[in-house]
Amino acid sequence: MSRPGKSVRQSMAWLHTWSGLVVGWVLFAIFVTGTASYYRAEISHWMRPELSEPTADPATAATRAAIYLKRQMPDALAWSVKLPTAEHPSTEIYWWNHPAGPYHHALLDPATGEASQARDTRGGDFLYRFHFELSLPPIWGRWIVGTCAMILLISLITGIITHRRIFADFFTFRRDKSAQRGWLDAHNVVGVLALPFHLMIVYTGLIELGPMLMPWGVKVAYRHDILAYYAESGIMAATRKPAGQPGSLMPLGDIVTRAMAAHGEAPEVVMVTMPGDAAASVTAFFEEPPGLAHLHPQIVYAGDTGAELSRTGEVGAATRTGAVMVGLHEAHFAAAPLRALFFLCGIMGAATIASGLVLWTVARAPKGANPAGFGLRLVRVLNLGTIAGLPTGLAAYFLANRLLPVDLAERAGWEVRAFFTAWILAALVASLYPKAKAWPFALGIAALAFLAIPVADTLTVGQARFLGFDAAMLVVAILLAVGARLAAKRPERSRVARPTLSRAVEA
Amino acid sequence: MSARSMPGLTYRLAVAGRVMLAAVGGYGVAALSAALLALILPMARSEAVSTGTLASFAIMAGAVVWVFAARNLARAALVLGGIAALLAGGLWLAGAFSAAVAS
Repeated sequence: MSRPGKSVRQSMAWLHTWSGLVVGWVLFAIFVTGTASYYRAEISHWMRPELSEPTADPATAATRAAIYLKRQMPDALAWSVKLPTAEHPSTEIYWWNHPAGPYHHALLDPATGEASQARDTRGGDFLYRFHFELSLPPIWGRWIVGTCAMILLISLITGIITHRRIFADFFTFRRDKSAQRGWLDAHNVVGVLALPFHLMIVYTGLIELGPMLMPWGVKVAYRHDILAYYAESGIMAATRKPAGQPGSLMPLGDIVTRAMAAHGEAPEVVMVTMPGDAAASVTAFFEEPPGLAHLHPQIVYAGDTGAELSRTGEVGAATRTGAVMVGLHEAHFAAAPLRALFFLCGIMGAATIASGLVLWTVARAPKGANPAGFGLRLVRVLNLGTIAGLPTGLAAYFLANRLLPVDLAERAGWEVRAFFTAWILAALVASLYPKAKAWPFALGIAALAFLAIPVADTLTVGQARFLGFDAAMLVVAILLAVGARLAAKRPERSRVARPTLSRAVEA
Repeated sequence: MSARSMPGLTYRLAVAGRVMLAAVGGYGVAALSAALLALILPMARSEAVSTGTLASFAIMAGAVVWVFAARNLARAALVLGGIAALLAGGLWLAGAFSAAVAS
């Protein structure tokens, strides 16, 4: 790259190849779990088949949740209560006494105000959090994901610079010319077809993590006080300063009733700040109004009297732009057809990464009888373990939800362990197979695992409302089986790749 | 394929240097820009902070691409260092380093 005689375009091709390679495996996992998170609520429904309709009105559920929370941690920093709706039939609560955590979590039965009888699972939330925390301590996971996102943004920009003939290339698919050409064209097609989505999703993802990745504006303009920034920009309504002496809360349901009267609909979440303090505040968060922006209207009430203290007002253009970016990333605004389109684009993002990773190895396949070097073998094993291993892990997560005993202690933890164990085992076993058989084997295992999900669901739960989910699992199984078959049929053609062609993927 | 023939030590050090410069320098320029925009943009304080944060990631991506597009490492370092010095000077003039920022 720094050698004389190299053009800017060649430098950019180099940067595209290597930036894509070093974070490709993590990015693939981020894309797959993020894409699945478009259906996070549906996944959670399927994984808690015991829950159907909410059995109490929001105000009653809120009062009962506050009684439960007071038993758990009366002197908490905050309690958060997500009220039951048709989409989320149970009351979901969090409580914590330090901003850095730990955040305690429970699902309550709205009818009794006691812990829900539904099976213990993290549901779709596990995939959602893995998408930006990778199951690591949150700060570490988010910094790693943020770094990978920045590298992906650079990879996208350099990929665009590299493909000057982006439109001509787009209509080119030379599956039969050589393995390398076929993979390059596939990479271009899935990459370019959904390019607006890829650029949008990576930049908006960076904006989501913005306050953590790039806190310097807040630091200089607000002297590190991010809550003051949130309050002033209209993102959050300000709460009261604690009084420092104990006080008592009025029933939480009465505040929910006031919020319903003031806003015309029940709040999604009520958060009690300093519940044990005489100056406790209760913030009612309402659903986002129609539109793209991810801005929840809020009203803050005094915890002891129920008097309104403050509410969110107008939001300026720049802050609203940021909120629209976050809204675009999360796609809460999207109705079913648009959500399906986002899902397809996410799949194409994962396919772009996967085809790029495979292309790296195909372009470097040794000619003739030369042995493959350590780097090439390492990349091959990591490709196999990530691209074919992760689906097996996902299937194991869903299967564990149906097959583990319902009253097993630490059940949610065992589901997560099933995910990682199956992923690692699939990767290890596939890496022991000879190269020609490894891909068909690993994809075949993943296909069988997904095929087992509708079977296990029918045998253990068998409810008609899960037919859609089971059908989707069947489609994934079929696609993986087709992939396994293609991998088995593909003749070893990388030898024919001519040096002139490999310059196109300069590295 | 230059990378496949065994590259020499000088080449590897130059690549490592660019990667370091891109990561540290790119983030540094983006962070300084976000801070400076937050202080000097002629709009409400919260809006200036939001604008600076939104723009900072594009600034970082641009800086990184520049580091790898530059003719050599020294030139990349000089230009990036110059921009960082200008931004830091602007921040100093805007009062970011004094004890009490006007708020």
